[in-house]
Amino acid sequence: MLLGFLNNLINGISLGSIYAIIALGYTMVYGIAKMLNFAHGDVIMVGAYVCFFATGSFGLPPVVGVLLAMVVCTVLGVVIERLAYKPLRQAPSLAVLITAIGVSYFLQNMALQLWGSDPKSFRSVVPTGSVSLLGGQISVSYVTLVTVLACVIIMIALTAFTGNTKLGKAMRACSEDKGAAQLMGIDVNFTISMTFAIGSALAAIAGVLLCSTYPTLMPTTGSMPGIKAFTAAVFGGIGSIPGALLGGILLGVIEIFGKAYISTQLSDAVVFAVLIVVLLVKPTGLLGKKISEKV
Amino acid sequence: MLKVENINVYYGAIHAIKNVSFEVNDGEIVTLIGANGAGKSTTLQTVSGLLHSHTGSIEFMGKSLAGIPPHKVVSLGLAHVPEGRRVFLQMSVEENLEMGAYTRPNSEIADGIADIYQRFPRLKERRKQVAGTLSGGEQQMLAMGRAMMSKPKLLMLDEPSMGLAPILVEQIFDIIQELNRAGTTILLVEQNAQMALSIAHRGYVLETGKVVATGTGEQLLEDEAVKKAYLGG
Repeated sequence: MLLGFLNNLINGISLGSIYAIIALGYTMVYGIAKMLNFAHGDVIMVGAYVCFFATGSFGLPPVVGVLLAMVVCTVLGVVIERLAYKPLRQAPSLAVLITAIGVSYFLQNMALQLWGSDPKSFRSVVPTGSVSLLGGQISVSYVTLVTVLACVIIMIALTAFTGNTKLGKAMRACSEDKGAAQLMGIDVNFTISMTFAIGSALAAIAGVLLCSTYPTLMPTTGSMPGIKAFTAAVFGGIGSIPGALLGGILLGVIEIFGKAYISTQLSDAVVFAVLIVVLLVKPTGLLGKKISEKV
Repeated sequence: MLKVENINVYYGAIHAIKNVSFEVNDGEIVTLIGANGAGKSTTLQTVSGLLHSHTGSIEFMGKSLAGIPPHKVVSLGLAHVPEGRRVFLQMSVEENLEMGAYTRPNSEIADGIADIYQRFPRLKERRKQVAGTLSGGEQQMLAMGRAMMSKPKLLMLDEPSMGLAPILVEQIFDIIQELNRAGTTILLVEQNAQMALSIAHRGYVLETGKVVATGTGEQLLEDEAVKKAYLGG
Protein backbone atom coordinates (compact mmCIF):
# COMPACT_ATOMS: atom_id res chain seq x y z
CA MET A 1 0.00 0.00 0.00
CA LEU A 2 2.65 2.47 1.08
CA LEU A 3 5.03 1.17 -1.56
CA GLY A 4 2.39 1.59 -4.20
CA PHE A 5 1.84 5.13 -3.01
CA LEU A 6 5.55 5.91 -3.19
CA ASN A 7 5.82 4.41 -6.64
CA ASN A 8 2.92 6.48 -7.86
CA LEU A 9 4.41 9.56 -6.26
CA ILE A 10 7.71 9.00 -8.06
CA ASN A 11 5.94 8.49 -11.39
CA GLY A 12 3.87 11.57 -10.73
CA ILE A 13 6.90 13.70 -10.00
CA SER A 14 8.58 12.39 -13.13
CA LEU A 15 5.60 13.20 -15.36
CA GLY A 16 5.16 16.47 -13.49
CA SER A 17 8.77 17.44 -14.20
CA ILE A 18 8.10 17.10 -17.92
CA TYR A 19 4.95 19.21 -17.59
CA ALA A 20 6.96 21.74 -15.62
CA ILE A 21 9.63 22.07 -18.33
CA ILE A 22 6.92 22.59 -20.95
CA ALA A 23 5.03 24.98 -18.67
CA LEU A 24 8.16 27.10 -18.26
CA GLY A 25 8.08 27.75 -21.99
CA TYR A 26 4.41 28.70 -21.85
CA THR A 27 4.83 30.92 -18.85
CA MET A 28 7.91 32.78 -20.09
CA VAL A 29 6.34 33.55 -23.45
CA TYR A 30 3.11 34.59 -21.75
CA GLY A 31 4.96 36.75 -19.24
CA ILE A 32 6.74 38.70 -21.93
CA ALA A 33 4.72 38.56 -25.12
CA LYS A 34 1.38 38.38 -23.21
CA MET A 35 0.22 35.67 -25.56
CA LEU A 36 -0.68 32.00 -25.21
CA ASN A 37 1.49 30.12 -27.65
CA PHE A 38 -0.70 27.10 -28.27
CA ALA A 39 1.82 25.83 -30.81
CA HIS A 40 4.27 25.21 -27.96
CA GLY A 41 3.10 21.60 -27.53
CA ASP A 42 3.77 20.86 -31.19
CA VAL A 43 7.28 22.25 -30.98
CA ILE A 44 7.82 19.48 -28.41
CA MET A 45 6.72 16.91 -30.96
CA VAL A 46 9.11 18.34 -33.58
CA GLY A 47 11.94 18.15 -31.04
CA ALA A 48 11.16 14.52 -30.35
CA TYR A 49 11.13 13.67 -34.08
CA VAL A 50 14.46 15.42 -34.64
CA CYS A 51 16.03 13.43 -31.84
CA PHE A 52 14.36 10.23 -33.06
CA PHE A 53 15.83 10.56 -36.55
CA ALA A 54 19.20 11.80 -35.34
CA THR A 55 19.76 8.89 -32.97
CA GLY A 56 17.80 6.28 -34.94
CA SER A 57 18.33 6.88 -38.65
CA PHE A 58 21.70 8.62 -38.42
CA GLY A 59 22.98 6.71 -35.43
CA LEU A 60 24.21 9.81 -33.62
CA PRO A 61 24.87 9.61 -29.89
CA PRO A 62 21.88 10.57 -27.68
CA VAL A 63 23.54 13.77 -26.42
CA VAL A 64 24.02 14.98 -29.99
CA GLY A 65 20.42 14.06 -30.74
CA VAL A 66 19.18 16.17 -27.83
CA LEU A 67 21.40 19.11 -28.77
CA LEU A 68 20.28 18.92 -32.38
CA ALA A 69 16.63 18.85 -31.29
CA MET A 70 17.28 21.94 -29.16
CA VAL A 71 18.90 23.80 -32.06
CA VAL A 72 16.11 22.91 -34.50
CA CYS A 73 13.38 23.85 -32.01
CA THR A 74 15.09 27.12 -31.10
CA VAL A 75 15.22 28.13 -34.75
CA LEU A 76 11.66 26.91 -35.29
CA GLY A 77 10.40 28.90 -32.29
CA VAL A 78 12.10 32.09 -33.41
CA VAL A 79 10.86 31.67 -36.99
CA ILE A 80 7.28 31.02 -35.84
CA GLU A 81 7.40 34.15 -33.70
CA ARG A 82 8.86 36.24 -36.52
CA LEU A 83 6.46 35.06 -39.22
CA ALA A 84 3.22 34.40 -37.37
CA TYR A 85 3.16 36.48 -34.18
CA LYS A 86 5.32 39.54 -34.72
CA PRO A 87 3.08 41.03 -37.44
CA LEU A 88 0.24 40.80 -34.89
CA ARG A 89 2.00 42.69 -32.10
CA GLN A 90 -0.65 45.44 -32.16
CA ALA A 91 -3.57 43.14 -33.00
CA PRO A 92 -6.28 42.10 -30.51
CA SER A 93 -5.21 39.12 -28.40
CA LEU A 94 -7.97 36.97 -29.89
CA ALA A 95 -6.32 37.24 -33.33
CA VAL A 96 -3.01 36.10 -31.85
CA LEU A 97 -4.68 33.22 -30.04
CA ILE A 98 -6.38 31.97 -33.22
CA THR A 99 -3.10 32.30 -35.09
CA ALA A 100 -1.35 30.21 -32.45
CA ILE A 101 -3.97 27.49 -32.82
CA GLY A 102 -3.44 27.70 -36.58
CA VAL A 103 0.32 27.31 -36.16
CA SER A 104 -0.33 24.31 -33.91
CA TYR A 105 -2.39 22.56 -36.61
CA PHE A 106 0.12 23.57 -39.25
CA LEU A 107 2.95 21.88 -37.34
CA GLN A 108 0.90 18.73 -36.72
CA ASN A 109 -0.07 18.42 -40.36
CA MET A 110 3.42 19.19 -41.54
CA ALA A 111 4.66 16.36 -39.33
CA LEU A 112 1.94 14.11 -40.70
CA GLN A 113 3.02 14.90 -44.25
CA LEU A 114 6.73 14.53 -43.57
CA TRP A 115 6.82 11.62 -41.20
CA GLY A 116 3.49 9.86 -41.63
CA SER A 117 0.79 8.96 -39.15
CA ASP A 118 2.17 5.64 -37.97
CA PRO A 119 3.51 5.82 -34.42
CA LYS A 120 7.27 5.61 -34.12
CA SER A 121 8.81 3.73 -31.27
CA PHE A 122 11.14 6.22 -29.61
CA ARG A 123 14.35 4.83 -28.21
CA SER A 124 15.10 6.40 -24.84
CA VAL A 125 18.09 8.74 -24.74
CA VAL A 126 18.75 7.54 -21.22
CA PRO A 127 20.16 4.01 -20.74
CA THR A 128 17.63 1.58 -19.32
CA GLY A 129 18.17 0.53 -15.77
CA SER A 130 17.18 1.72 -12.36
CA VAL A 131 18.33 2.55 -8.89
CA SER A 132 16.70 0.55 -6.14
CA LEU A 133 15.69 2.17 -2.89
CA LEU A 134 14.45 0.81 0.41
CA GLY A 135 16.32 -2.44 -0.02
CA GLY A 136 15.04 -3.05 -3.53
CA GLN A 137 11.38 -2.50 -2.73
CA ILE A 138 11.21 0.60 -4.90
CA SER A 139 13.07 1.11 -8.12
CA VAL A 140 13.57 4.47 -9.76
CA SER A 141 14.50 4.28 -13.43
CA TYR A 142 17.41 6.27 -14.81
CA VAL A 143 15.09 8.17 -17.12
CA THR A 144 13.03 9.31 -14.14
CA LEU A 145 16.16 10.49 -12.36
CA VAL A 146 17.39 12.34 -15.44
CA THR A 147 13.97 13.93 -15.97
CA VAL A 148 13.67 15.23 -12.43
CA LEU A 149 17.28 16.36 -12.40
CA ALA A 150 16.87 18.17 -15.74
CA CYS A 151 13.81 19.95 -14.40
CA VAL A 152 15.63 21.09 -11.27
CA ILE A 153 18.68 22.28 -13.23
CA ILE A 154 16.53 24.17 -15.74
CA MET A 155 14.62 25.82 -12.91
CA ILE A 156 17.78 26.97 -11.16
CA ALA A 157 19.36 28.14 -14.42
CA LEU A 158 16.28 30.13 -15.43
CA THR A 159 15.94 31.74 -12.03
CA ALA A 160 19.59 32.76 -12.12
CA PHE A 161 19.23 33.97 -15.69
CA THR A 162 16.22 36.22 -15.09
CA GLY A 163 17.58 37.43 -11.77
CA ASN A 164 21.19 38.14 -12.64
CA THR A 165 21.84 38.66 -16.32
CA LYS A 166 21.27 41.81 -18.33
CA LEU A 167 19.10 40.03 -20.90
CA GLY A 168 17.15 38.23 -18.18
CA LYS A 169 16.42 41.49 -16.38
CA ALA A 170 15.47 43.09 -19.69
CA MET A 171 12.95 40.27 -20.13
CA ARG A 172 11.40 41.08 -16.76
CA ALA A 173 11.33 44.76 -17.67
CA CYS A 174 9.58 43.97 -20.97
CA SER A 175 7.07 41.76 -19.22
CA GLU A 176 6.09 44.65 -16.97
CA ASP A 177 6.03 47.58 -19.36
CA LYS A 178 7.19 47.37 -22.96
CA GLY A 179 6.94 51.10 -23.57
CA ALA A 180 9.09 51.97 -20.58
CA ALA A 181 11.51 49.18 -21.54
CA GLN A 182 11.95 50.75 -24.97
CA LEU A 183 12.66 54.10 -23.35
CA MET A 184 15.52 52.37 -21.49
CA GLY A 185 17.02 51.33 -24.82
CA ILE A 186 15.83 47.73 -24.64
CA ASP A 187 15.05 46.20 -28.03
CA VAL A 188 11.69 44.65 -27.22
CA ASN A 189 11.44 42.61 -30.42
CA PHE A 190 14.84 41.06 -29.85
CA THR A 191 13.93 40.29 -26.24
CA ILE A 192 10.72 38.57 -27.31
CA SER A 193 12.66 36.53 -29.89
CA MET A 194 15.08 35.41 -27.21
CA THR A 195 12.18 34.36 -25.01
CA PHE A 196 10.79 32.20 -27.79
CA ALA A 197 14.27 30.78 -28.36
CA ILE A 198 14.65 29.74 -24.72
CA GLY A 199 11.09 28.41 -24.47
CA SER A 200 11.52 26.33 -27.63
CA ALA A 201 14.88 24.90 -26.56
CA LEU A 202 13.16 23.80 -23.34
CA ALA A 203 10.36 22.30 -25.43
CA ALA A 204 12.92 20.16 -27.24
CA ILE A 205 14.28 18.84 -23.94
CA ALA A 206 10.74 18.17 -22.75
CA GLY A 207 9.91 16.34 -25.99
CA VAL A 208 12.91 14.05 -25.71
CA LEU A 209 12.24 13.32 -22.03
CA LEU A 210 8.54 12.76 -22.66
CA CYS A 211 9.20 10.23 -25.41
CA SER A 212 11.97 8.60 -23.40
CA THR A 213 9.38 7.89 -20.70
CA TYR A 214 6.36 7.24 -22.93
CA PRO A 215 7.95 5.99 -26.15
CA THR A 216 5.14 6.40 -28.68
CA LEU A 217 5.87 9.23 -31.09
CA MET A 218 3.38 10.56 -33.61
CA PRO A 219 2.36 13.98 -34.95
CA THR A 220 -0.17 14.53 -32.17
CA THR A 221 2.21 13.49 -29.39
CA GLY A 222 2.84 17.04 -28.19
CA SER A 223 -0.74 18.19 -28.26
CA MET A 224 -2.12 16.76 -25.00
CA PRO A 225 1.03 17.33 -22.90
CA GLY A 226 1.03 20.88 -24.32
CA ILE A 227 -2.49 21.51 -23.05
CA LYS A 228 -1.71 19.87 -19.71
CA ALA A 229 1.40 22.01 -19.32
CA PHE A 230 -0.60 25.10 -20.17
CA THR A 231 -3.01 24.03 -17.45
CA ALA A 232 -0.03 23.58 -15.13
CA ALA A 233 1.20 27.08 -15.91
CA VAL A 234 -2.22 28.57 -15.15
CA PHE A 235 -2.51 26.34 -12.07
CA GLY A 236 0.79 27.65 -10.68
CA GLY A 237 0.11 31.23 -11.74
CA ILE A 238 0.88 32.06 -15.36
CA GLY A 239 3.89 34.31 -15.81
CA SER A 240 5.60 32.93 -12.70
CA ILE A 241 8.62 30.64 -13.11
CA PRO A 242 8.32 28.92 -9.68
CA GLY A 243 4.60 28.70 -10.40
CA ALA A 244 5.26 26.68 -13.54
CA LEU A 245 7.40 24.26 -11.56
CA LEU A 246 4.89 23.87 -8.76
CA GLY A 247 1.93 23.64 -11.15
CA GLY A 248 3.70 21.10 -13.33
CA ILE A 249 4.72 18.79 -10.51
CA LEU A 250 1.31 18.97 -8.82
CA LEU A 251 -0.47 18.29 -12.08
CA GLY A 252 1.73 15.27 -12.79
CA VAL A 253 1.18 13.87 -9.31
CA ILE A 254 -2.58 14.46 -9.45
CA GLU A 255 -2.79 12.81 -12.84
CA ILE A 256 -0.90 9.69 -11.77
CA PHE A 257 -2.83 9.44 -8.49
CA GLY A 258 -6.06 9.94 -10.41
CA LYS A 259 -5.09 7.06 -12.67
CA ALA A 260 -4.06 4.84 -9.78
CA TYR A 261 -6.79 5.52 -7.24
CA ILE A 262 -9.79 6.84 -9.12
CA SER A 263 -9.98 5.71 -12.72
CA THR A 264 -7.66 5.58 -15.70
CA GLN A 265 -10.31 7.05 -17.96
CA LEU A 266 -11.22 9.83 -15.56
CA SER A 267 -7.70 10.95 -14.67
CA ASP A 268 -7.70 13.81 -17.19
CA ALA A 269 -11.09 14.92 -15.97
CA VAL A 270 -9.74 14.94 -12.42
CA VAL A 271 -6.78 17.07 -13.52
CA PHE A 272 -8.97 19.67 -15.17
CA ALA A 273 -11.49 19.62 -12.33
CA VAL A 274 -8.70 20.49 -9.91
CA LEU A 275 -7.71 23.35 -12.20
CA ILE A 276 -11.26 24.69 -12.18
CA VAL A 277 -11.46 24.52 -8.40
CA VAL A 278 -8.10 26.30 -7.98
CA LEU A 279 -9.11 29.05 -10.37
CA LEU A 280 -12.42 29.51 -8.58
CA VAL A 281 -10.69 29.90 -5.25
CA LYS A 282 -7.59 31.73 -6.43
CA PRO A 283 -8.02 33.17 -9.94
CA THR A 284 -4.36 34.17 -10.27
CA GLY A 285 -3.18 30.58 -9.71
CA LEU A 286 -1.23 29.22 -6.77
CA LEU A 287 1.78 31.53 -6.98
CA GLY A 288 0.33 34.20 -9.23
CA LYS A 289 0.66 37.62 -7.73
CA LYS A 290 -1.66 40.48 -7.89
CA ILE A 291 0.31 43.61 -8.48
CA SER A 292 -0.73 46.42 -6.26
CA GLU A 293 0.10 49.72 -7.87
CA LYS A 294 0.82 52.79 -5.87
CA VAL A 295 -0.21 56.00 -7.48
CA MET B 1 19.98 70.78 -29.52
CA LEU B 2 16.45 69.60 -30.27
CA LYS B 3 14.57 71.08 -33.18
CA VAL B 4 10.99 70.01 -33.84
CA GLU B 5 9.36 71.37 -36.97
CA ASN B 6 5.76 71.11 -38.11
CA ILE B 7 4.94 67.71 -36.71
CA ASN B 8 1.46 66.26 -37.05
CA VAL B 9 0.38 63.22 -35.08
CA TYR B 10 -2.87 61.30 -35.36
CA TYR B 11 -4.52 58.75 -33.08
CA GLY B 12 -6.70 57.04 -35.64
CA ALA B 13 -8.99 59.80 -36.84
CA ILE B 14 -8.05 62.20 -34.07
CA HIS B 15 -5.60 64.88 -35.07
CA ALA B 16 -3.71 65.17 -31.77
CA ILE B 17 -0.78 67.39 -32.77
CA LYS B 18 -1.18 70.13 -35.36
CA ASN B 19 1.91 71.67 -36.94
CA VAL B 20 3.81 71.86 -33.68
CA SER B 21 7.27 73.40 -33.82
CA PHE B 22 9.65 74.19 -31.00
CA GLU B 23 13.28 74.23 -30.14
CA VAL B 24 15.40 73.38 -27.14
CA ASN B 25 18.88 74.89 -26.98
CA ASP B 26 21.88 73.46 -25.22
CA GLY B 27 21.74 74.11 -21.46
CA GLU B 28 18.16 75.33 -21.33
CA ILE B 29 15.14 74.29 -19.36
CA VAL B 30 12.24 74.48 -21.78
CA THR B 31 8.71 73.74 -20.72
CA LEU B 32 5.61 72.77 -22.65
CA ILE B 33 2.54 73.73 -20.69
CA GLY B 34 -1.13 73.32 -21.40
CA ALA B 35 -4.30 71.69 -20.21
CA ASN B 36 -5.07 68.00 -20.16
CA GLY B 37 -5.32 66.73 -23.74
CA ALA B 38 -3.40 69.64 -25.24
CA GLY B 39 -0.92 67.20 -26.76
CA LYS B 40 2.05 67.65 -24.44
CA SER B 41 2.70 63.96 -23.75
CA THR B 42 2.00 63.06 -27.36
CA THR B 43 4.69 65.53 -28.39
CA LEU B 44 7.27 63.92 -26.09
CA GLN B 45 6.33 60.44 -27.21
CA THR B 46 6.79 61.51 -30.82
CA VAL B 47 10.24 62.89 -30.06
CA SER B 48 11.33 59.65 -28.41
CA GLY B 49 9.95 57.57 -31.28
CA LEU B 50 7.05 55.85 -29.52
CA LEU B 51 4.67 57.69 -31.86
CA HIS B 52 5.21 58.86 -35.41
CA SER B 53 4.69 62.18 -37.08
CA HIS B 54 3.24 62.18 -40.57
CA THR B 55 4.98 65.36 -41.54
CA GLY B 56 7.75 67.70 -40.53
CA SER B 57 11.04 66.83 -38.94
CA ILE B 58 12.64 66.18 -35.56
CA GLU B 59 16.34 66.84 -35.29
CA PHE B 60 18.46 66.05 -32.28
CA MET B 61 22.02 67.41 -32.21
CA GLY B 62 21.82 67.99 -35.95
CA LYS B 63 20.66 64.45 -36.69
CA SER B 64 17.20 63.53 -37.95
CA LEU B 65 15.31 61.16 -35.66
CA ALA B 66 12.99 60.02 -38.47
CA GLY B 67 12.67 56.24 -38.57
CA ILE B 68 14.92 55.66 -35.56
CA PRO B 69 13.21 53.17 -33.22
CA PRO B 70 12.73 54.33 -29.61
CA HIS B 71 15.28 51.90 -28.19
CA LYS B 72 17.97 53.49 -30.34
CA VAL B 73 17.00 57.07 -29.53
CA VAL B 74 18.24 56.58 -25.96
CA SER B 75 21.79 55.88 -27.02
CA LEU B 76 21.88 59.19 -28.92
CA GLY B 77 21.63 60.97 -25.56
CA LEU B 78 17.93 61.56 -25.23
CA ALA B 79 16.18 60.17 -22.17
CA HIS B 80 12.46 60.27 -21.51
CA VAL B 81 10.79 59.99 -18.10
CA PRO B 82 7.27 59.01 -19.08
CA GLU B 83 4.03 60.24 -17.62
CA GLY B 84 3.04 58.25 -14.54
CA ARG B 85 6.73 57.42 -13.94
CA ARG B 86 6.37 53.83 -15.14
CA VAL B 87 9.14 52.39 -13.02
CA PHE B 88 9.34 48.59 -13.11
CA LEU B 89 7.24 47.89 -10.03
CA GLN B 90 8.29 44.27 -9.56
CA MET B 91 11.99 44.98 -9.90
CA SER B 92 14.23 46.34 -7.18
CA VAL B 93 15.34 49.97 -7.10
CA GLU B 94 18.82 48.95 -8.13
CA GLU B 95 17.56 46.78 -10.99
CA ASN B 96 15.51 49.71 -12.24
CA LEU B 97 18.65 51.81 -12.32
CA GLU B 98 20.51 49.04 -14.14
CA MET B 99 17.80 49.00 -16.78
CA GLY B 100 18.31 52.74 -17.21
CA ALA B 101 21.92 52.00 -18.09
CA TYR B 102 20.96 49.29 -20.59
CA THR B 103 22.70 51.06 -23.46
CA ARG B 104 25.90 51.74 -21.55
CA PRO B 105 28.88 49.43 -21.14
CA ASN B 106 28.66 47.18 -18.08
CA SER B 107 31.87 48.63 -16.66
CA GLU B 108 30.22 52.05 -16.20
CA ILE B 109 27.09 50.86 -14.44
CA ALA B 110 28.46 50.68 -10.88
CA ASP B 111 29.81 54.24 -11.05
CA GLY B 112 26.57 55.45 -12.58
CA ILE B 113 24.56 53.91 -9.77
CA ALA B 114 26.87 55.47 -7.17
CA ASP B 115 26.28 58.91 -8.77
CA ILE B 116 22.53 58.48 -8.65
CA TYR B 117 22.64 57.35 -5.00
CA GLN B 118 24.61 60.46 -4.16
CA ARG B 119 21.95 62.65 -5.72
CA PHE B 120 19.08 60.59 -4.34
CA PRO B 121 20.18 59.18 -0.96
CA ARG B 122 16.62 57.98 -0.44
CA LEU B 123 17.02 55.50 -3.29
CA LYS B 124 20.16 54.11 -1.72
CA GLU B 125 18.29 53.35 1.49
CA ARG B 126 15.76 51.40 -0.54
CA ARG B 127 18.04 49.85 -3.12
CA LYS B 128 16.93 46.24 -2.48
CA GLN B 129 13.23 47.03 -2.21
CA VAL B 130 10.97 46.43 -5.17
CA ALA B 131 9.89 49.70 -6.75
CA GLY B 132 6.22 48.91 -6.16
CA THR B 133 6.72 49.52 -2.45
CA LEU B 134 8.05 53.07 -2.91
CA SER B 135 5.97 56.19 -2.32
CA GLY B 136 4.95 58.35 -5.26
CA GLY B 137 7.74 60.84 -4.65
CA GLU B 138 10.33 58.10 -4.36
CA GLN B 139 9.07 56.52 -7.57
CA GLN B 140 9.45 59.86 -9.33
CA MET B 141 13.02 60.11 -8.04
CA LEU B 142 13.66 56.57 -9.24
CA ALA B 143 12.19 57.33 -12.66
CA MET B 144 14.45 60.38 -12.96
CA GLY B 145 17.48 58.53 -11.63
CA ARG B 146 16.80 55.68 -14.01
CA ALA B 147 16.67 58.08 -16.95
CA MET B 148 19.89 59.79 -15.80
CA MET B 149 21.65 56.41 -15.85
CA SER B 150 21.84 56.68 -19.64
CA LYS B 151 23.88 59.91 -19.23
CA PRO B 152 21.49 61.90 -21.41
CA LYS B 153 22.31 65.25 -22.96
CA LEU B 154 18.61 66.04 -23.07
CA LEU B 155 16.24 64.84 -20.37
CA MET B 156 12.53 64.92 -21.17
CA LEU B 157 10.24 64.88 -18.15
CA ASP B 158 6.53 64.24 -18.50
CA GLU B 159 4.46 65.59 -15.60
CA PRO B 160 6.98 64.94 -12.82
CA SER B 161 4.74 66.69 -10.30
CA MET B 162 1.69 64.57 -11.00
CA GLY B 163 0.03 63.24 -7.87
CA LEU B 164 2.70 64.52 -5.49
CA ALA B 165 2.28 66.59 -2.34
CA PRO B 166 3.36 70.25 -2.73
CA ILE B 167 6.48 69.76 -0.62
CA LEU B 168 7.59 66.89 -2.86
CA VAL B 169 6.83 68.90 -5.97
CA GLU B 170 9.23 71.58 -4.70
CA GLN B 171 11.87 68.93 -4.09
CA ILE B 172 11.47 67.45 -7.56
CA PHE B 173 11.72 70.89 -9.16
CA ASP B 174 14.85 71.63 -7.13
CA ILE B 175 16.36 68.43 -8.45
CA ILE B 176 15.44 69.36 -12.01
CA GLN B 177 17.24 72.67 -11.59
CA GLU B 178 20.27 70.93 -10.09
CA LEU B 179 20.43 68.48 -12.98
CA ASN B 180 20.24 71.40 -15.36
CA ARG B 181 23.02 73.29 -13.59
CA ALA B 182 25.12 70.12 -13.79
CA GLY B 183 24.84 70.28 -17.57
CA THR B 184 21.72 68.38 -18.61
CA THR B 185 19.35 70.17 -20.93
CA ILE B 186 15.73 69.75 -19.84
CA LEU B 187 12.46 69.54 -21.73
CA LEU B 188 9.70 69.65 -19.15
CA VAL B 189 6.03 68.93 -19.76
CA GLU B 190 3.78 70.14 -16.96
CA GLN B 191 0.22 70.90 -16.02
CA ASN B 192 1.55 72.81 -13.04
CA ALA B 193 2.28 75.84 -15.22
CA GLN B 194 3.20 78.14 -12.36
CA MET B 195 5.97 75.87 -11.12
CA ALA B 196 7.21 74.95 -14.57
CA LEU B 197 7.42 78.53 -15.83
CA SER B 198 9.16 79.67 -12.67
CA ILE B 199 12.16 77.43 -13.35
CA ALA B 200 12.10 77.42 -17.18
CA HIS B 201 14.22 79.59 -19.40
CA ARG B 202 11.60 79.41 -22.11
CA GLY B 203 8.16 77.95 -22.52
CA TYR B 204 5.59 77.01 -25.11
CA VAL B 205 1.86 76.94 -24.47
CA LEU B 206 -0.04 74.14 -26.17
CA GLU B 207 -3.77 74.22 -26.75
CA THR B 208 -5.66 71.40 -28.48
CA GLY B 209 -2.57 70.28 -30.33
CA LYS B 210 -1.25 73.71 -31.35
CA VAL B 211 1.40 76.06 -30.01
CA VAL B 212 -0.53 79.20 -29.09
CA ALA B 213 2.10 81.19 -27.22
CA THR B 214 5.80 81.19 -26.58
CA GLY B 215 8.28 83.28 -24.66
CA THR B 216 10.66 83.26 -21.74
CA GLY B 217 9.43 81.83 -18.46
CA GLU B 218 8.90 85.33 -17.01
CA GLN B 219 7.13 86.63 -20.08
CA LEU B 220 4.66 83.78 -20.01
CA LEU B 221 4.13 84.16 -16.27
CA GLU B 222 3.12 87.78 -16.93
CA ASP B 223 1.10 87.08 -20.08
CA GLU B 224 -2.55 87.95 -19.46
CA ALA B 225 -3.99 85.15 -21.59
CA VAL B 226 -1.69 82.56 -20.04
CA LYS B 227 -2.44 83.84 -16.55
CA LYS B 228 -6.13 83.56 -17.18
CA ALA B 229 -6.06 80.09 -18.69
CA TYR B 230 -3.36 78.31 -16.71
CA LEU B 231 -2.31 80.28 -13.66
CA GLY B 232 -5.67 80.70 -11.99
CA GLY B 233 -6.23 84.38 -12.71
